[in-house]
Amino acid sequence: MKKVNKTYWKGLEQLTNDTEFVKNAQNEFPEVPGEGEDAPSRSRRDFLKMMGFSLAAASLAACEAPIRKAIPYLNKPVDVDPGIPNYYASTYFNGGDVYSVVVKTREGRPIKLDGNKHGVAEGATTGQVEASVLNLYDTNRLQNPKKGEADITWETLDAEVKSKLSSIQAKGGKIAVVSETVNSPSIKKALKKFADKYQNVEHVMYDPISEYGVMAAHKATFGVDAVPSYDLTKADVIVSVASDFLGSRSNSGQFSKAYGKIRKVSKDNPEMSRHYQFESNLSLTGANADYRTPIKPSQEGFVVGQLYNLLAKKAGAAPLSGVSGAEVANLEKAANDLWKAKGKSLVIAGSNDPDVQIVVNAINNLLTNYGSTINIDKPAYYRLGNDRKMNAFVSGLAKGEYSAVIFYNANPVYNHPKGDQIASALSKVELSVATNGTSDETSSLSQYIAPDHHFLEAWNDAEPVKGHFTLGQPAIRPLFKTRNAGESFLAWSGETTSYYDFLRNNWKEGQFAAQSSTGDFDQFWNETLYKGVFAGDVQTAEITETATSDEAPATEGQSSTGFTANLAAVASRIKKNYKASSSNIELALYTNGTGNGSMANNPWLQEMPDPITKATWDNYLTVSQSFARENGLEMKEGQTVTATLKVGGQTMEVPVLIQPGQAKGTMGLALGYGRKKAGKVGNEVGVNAYPLLAVQNEFVSFNVTEGVTVEPTGNTYKIAQTQTHETVMDRDSIIKEATLKQYKKDPNSVVDHPEFHTSEGKKRPEAITLWDGHDYNNHHWGLAIDLNSCTGCSACHIACQVENNIPVVGKEEVLNRREMHWIRIDRYYSSPESADSYDEMENAADNPEVVFQPMMCQHCNNAPCETVCPVAATTHSSEGLNQMTYNRCIGTRYCANNCPYKVRRFNWFKYHDNKQFDKNTAQNSALGKMVLNPDVTVRARGVMEKCSLCVQRIQSGKLKAKTEGRRPNDEDVTTACAAACPSDAIVFGDLKNEDSKIHNLLKIRKAENDANGMEIGEERAYAVLEELRVDPNVFYFAKIRNKDEA
Amino acid sequence: MALGCKMRNFLFLICILSGTVAYAQQDSATAAGDAAAGGEQQETAAADDAASGGGEKYPGIPTDQASISAGQELFEGNCKTCHNIHTKLVGPALANVYERVPGEGEESIEWLHNFIYNSQKVIASGDPYAQKLWEEYKPTVMTSFPFEKEQVKDILAYIQQETIKGPATASTETGPGGEVTTDGKQTGISSTYMSVILGVLIFVLVLILVVLILIVNILVKYLKDKEDLDEADREVIEQKFSFKDLATNKVFLAILTAIFIAVVAKTSIDALFTVGIQQGYQPAQPIAFSHALHAGEYEIDCNYCHTGVRKSKNANIPSANICMNCHSVVKTESKQIQEIYKAVEENKPIEWVRIHNLPDLAYFNHEQHVEVGEIECQTCHGPIEEMEVVYQYAPLTMGWCINCHRETAVNADGNDYYNKLVELHNQETDEPMTVEDIGGLECSKCHY
Repeated sequence: MKKVNKTYWKGLEQLTNDTEFVKNAQNEFPEVPGEGEDAPSRSRRDFLKMMGFSLAAASLAACEAPIRKAIPYLNKPVDVDPGIPNYYASTYFNGGDVYSVVVKTREGRPIKLDGNKHGVAEGATTGQVEASVLNLYDTNRLQNPKKGEADITWETLDAEVKSKLSSIQAKGGKIAVVSETVNSPSIKKALKKFADKYQNVEHVMYDPISEYGVMAAHKATFGVDAVPSYDLTKADVIVSVASDFLGSRSNSGQFSKAYGKIRKVSKDNPEMSRHYQFESNLSLTGANADYRTPIKPSQEGFVVGQLYNLLAKKAGAAPLSGVSGAEVANLEKAANDLWKAKGKSLVIAGSNDPDVQIVVNAINNLLTNYGSTINIDKPAYYRLGNDRKMNAFVSGLAKGEYSAVIFYNANPVYNHPKGDQIASALSKVELSVATNGTSDETSSLSQYIAPDHHFLEAWNDAEPVKGHFTLGQPAIRPLFKTRNAGESFLAWSGETTSYYDFLRNNWKEGQFAAQSSTGDFDQFWNETLYKGVFAGDVQTAEITETATSDEAPATEGQSSTGFTANLAAVASRIKKNYKASSSNIELALYTNGTGNGSMANNPWLQEMPDPITKATWDNYLTVSQSFARENGLEMKEGQTVTATLKVGGQTMEVPVLIQPGQAKGTMGLALGYGRKKAGKVGNEVGVNAYPLLAVQNEFVSFNVTEGVTVEPTGNTYKIAQTQTHETVMDRDSIIKEATLKQYKKDPNSVVDHPEFHTSEGKKRPEAITLWDGHDYNNHHWGLAIDLNSCTGCSACHIACQVENNIPVVGKEEVLNRREMHWIRIDRYYSSPESADSYDEMENAADNPEVVFQPMMCQHCNNAPCETVCPVAATTHSSEGLNQMTYNRCIGTRYCANNCPYKVRRFNWFKYHDNKQFDKNTAQNSALGKMVLNPDVTVRARGVMEKCSLCVQRIQSGKLKAKTEGRRPNDEDVTTACAAACPSDAIVFGDLKNEDSKIHNLLKIRKAENDANGMEIGEERAYAVLEELRVDPNVFYFAKIRNKDEA
Repeated sequence: MALGCKMRNFLFLICILSGTVAYAQQDSATAAGDAAAGGEQQETAAADDAASGGGEKYPGIPTDQASISAGQELFEGNCKTCHNIHTKLVGPALANVYERVPGEGEESIEWLHNFIYNSQKVIASGDPYAQKLWEEYKPTVMTSFPFEKEQVKDILAYIQQETIKGPATASTETGPGGEVTTDGKQTGISSTYMSVILGVLIFVLVLILVVLILIVNILVKYLKDKEDLDEADREVIEQKFSFKDLATNKVFLAILTAIFIAVVAKTSIDALFTVGIQQGYQPAQPIAFSHALHAGEYEIDCNYCHTGVRKSKNANIPSANICMNCHSVVKTESKQIQEIYKAVEENKPIEWVRIHNLPDLAYFNHEQHVEVGEIECQTCHGPIEEMEVVYQYAPLTMGWCINCHRETAVNADGNDYYNKLVELHNQETDEPMTVEDIGGLECSKCHY
């Protein structure tokens, strides 16, 4: 058995063995602030006061309980039964992002979103989708239509807006509707009606995170003005040039779903895809790659160009001239692999430069990937924004060309690089209206706000991929006096139909007419509504286009069939715009789990650690190790300094985060922070990086390659990172990994199970354990987590938070290491085996390998926490669960100290109904509390909590089976994390049920001599810290990397 | 001779013993009373079986016992609130209904099926009999029940049986509530009986005491009269009961203190245990709804109003629209009913005072207990069908829950969920499988 001898580390402080870190690593809890020397001494009087108070409290508690009311419905809706959840198929909307979801409601309140398996993303969700249910209960939402600061009625608003529009129309003034991507056929049609009514209407679509480059490139090469849809499941080799398709790219859920499928290996089918990544920031996607090469943003053109040339040589095509000289590791290897997997590969780039994308299209064309991994006939409509038109709009607005501007749920003042120009020009227009649901940076500058519903209150539809429609149905009555934006446009067009009737009618004319399975529209409607989606070939209304020159720069010789491109012209532009090597400091802007800033007021997302940096509540400049060394920067446990970042004319002070894997000479900064008018949670979190975006050739560029200077200021700053919290000490049996080659040769060699020396020779821990084990007669619940398909996306993290009423503690408390998340995604960097010295290891840290490991309560059969609890508040169940009983817990915290996995969380404070934790919005206002899961206790101060394996779901699944008089199956019970996992890395089930997925995954065999009566047959399965023989019920599958080196 | 002294001790002992015996007897007598009540229930059931004898049968209506009991269940769950077999309620009496309606045999059953499925449709079709009914009962509209035809036949089977039986006398009437009523009465009778026995016993004991004291006095007198007494006997005779001696007796004082401390401790511990327990809590409600009338006298199935009790965690306080099902025609003039109308008109839900306040940290699910466990409502809610104003019957403490889980056998019959568990359990022991045996005492079954 070959021992894998890698070094794993969670952060640089661990790698360098920093003394502070070593000291703190031993402590489960940090020093309690205020308990040091300067803690106030308590006097006898204080003691007496406290005594008196406790006496009074005790006697009060003994009094009669207050009278509580039981208020039934006056007229109970037929399908609502208190205590029984209802599920509705609906759709998540945020700009162009669309996910088909299933909404769980209790007593009419939406409390949880899950993916709809019929949707394009096959049931995948993202952290943002999971978190969006809280936005419904945001106290920051507008409750009335507004004129300036004053509340007005809808009638007044409609009358005034209509009269102003009419007078503008009479004068021949230009009206602009500015929105993010609109992929709703019905909204498009409503906008068309609006445009028809007022004639001179221009619809300007833009995306904060634009993919216009991809659209323009496909317009140039295939004549299709859209982003194609990708099918990763058919790809054996994926080469990504700075595309974070698993993280920030549109539709990452579907990518993750497919990625999960092609990264799964088993003994019977030991094949998996190979993934190359060339990028400057260490992205989520890069962290999952088999081969990752750090490049500078200015090299992107050369990377794709050289890749093209390498492949052109094989294919016998003409190379691009002048694109050579960039030294890029693994590029030739990638080319060889791509050529071998011709037709079953994918090259994808994140650049918004059409030239780079045209070369990428040319590569995919050489590889005959169109028609297999890329489908241009079924374009995806997640991003339809047109940078060119948006730029034209901004300059036109500044020149006073527009008389009216209507912002349809768009916030360009914040999230467009020329936001300040829009802000200053807005005062000049005759009429400005925003349909935004909150008073944000843009809507607060508009004369009128006609607030739209939250998507869970509204009817809507969308066409995320051509021919695939998804219906959004309301799961709750509108909470406030808001109105569907579609209805607003209809009202302003003089239509009196409700948006629901309008939408239904559209479906009757479109989708219903396009199908032949039923002739009854009501039946069709109900069936579609039930399923949530419809697939069929339907012509949808075109968005009103003014006939401006809407052509990409490289449209020479295009035709609508087949690939055509003037590659020579593209090559010369690439040669001009990119460099083989550059000594400039370059800035690459990216988005993380918080998204583009539209959901900045969602505390769950703010406190969700970035999958890579593990930082919460902030954005920061990620810098490379070499930069840190050159500037004498150090970072320990979040303690860092700020730096002055100058880009062009913009100057801002940003904290610095030293990021392993960051390409030398580059820096990263997250977009979506620095909101000024997001609300109490999102305001003033980090800095706004949108103004730093460069607009090159009218395309928004997310890379700034020139004119970037960074100067450390020496001011100290603390970034609330969670990574080095809850460290698992210096143990080496946490991560197991191997290369695919090794796995194929001997699957048993992947996991080395620990053995102990005894007088009778070497023995496995289970042979010498003192524990008796448990008899599980009924169920034996467990989790199986495949490290190979876990991408680290953190959807499970939010799902767990929603399901289990987990509080948000705020930045200060995260700094105090008191975050409450029940599941955390541990991110380990690893240095290769060859590294012997620290120097080598530090070099390896320039481009480390990354492993993600979701870590939650392991539900040990021999749980160390159970033995130390003095009050038996944590006990073992006859179903394999480690139970935590809050009402019995007295808060000694012995259990947390004794937990080898560091997964127990202590309620240091009362987080609910506490003004000091007002960022915990889900538990601090009557409105926010509507999101709470009524089946799960909101924990009080002073008790321990941890993952319960969603025991409330287990109990309700069992009950369902009991009422039906049968045994429960996989369909009945699953945990929130397993349900949310887009790549199906987490599998929950009954280890004793022979038909369950987990039973078959783990290849469980009966074993008489084992304490729990079973044996795991799967070669890759292991338990973390197996040598302790705590015997967890959570099993991990060793990570397999598809690398050639053994 | 220390006879007198012994005699006194004996008297004291008897006093104590008689008390204990009385208690013990009360306990066993209650148990006996329970057993007796159980026996009577069985007899009633047997009588039921015997009653389903001959009589004229209507063609097409099944007569097998399975259909009749299925029909009875359906009838009680759905029809009973508005229909009685022999008397007119909200709707007509249903005895002989199959003979009254138009058509012969299957035809009339079909007619009934249609009418039950959608009465308004039948009325609208111009059917004369339906028209006549409408004239008589309007504006009350019969609720539609989406029954299968077989189910209608089952209900008719039950109605036929009841029709043949004729108007029931109180003695033979049974029902889910009825059984418990009898049970309750039985216990009541036996407890009065017990008090009589207890009274007699105490009387006898007091009598013995008096007799014994008399004997002692006579003996002492007799001894006093005798001259030839030795020192010891004389001492006994001249012994005077002295409180002073008693007050200075260390042993006595120690015992007294110990008893005092024990009593105080017990009382205070008991008192502490009642903190937060609202057993017997009987608040006044905004509307004087009587369970004794609805559940007791009219025997409306609990499930009719408490709609969630078989399918949800919550049993549900009925919404006003459920009240209105009947009270749109029944007792419309009542002041209390007017309150419901007012609530409906003002669109303000009725704010009942919550009686059973289980703490938030405990999870309780009605479906598990009522549907799966088939526990009677009265087990926890007490003789609800006798309550004019509902009170909290059970203490709702954890000890009470746990105790029931320890003692209650799992209702595993015919439920495949439990098959293997029962099998495994029976390999180990002959005792029935209790809730405790399958993990019913574990924390996470109720706390999460």
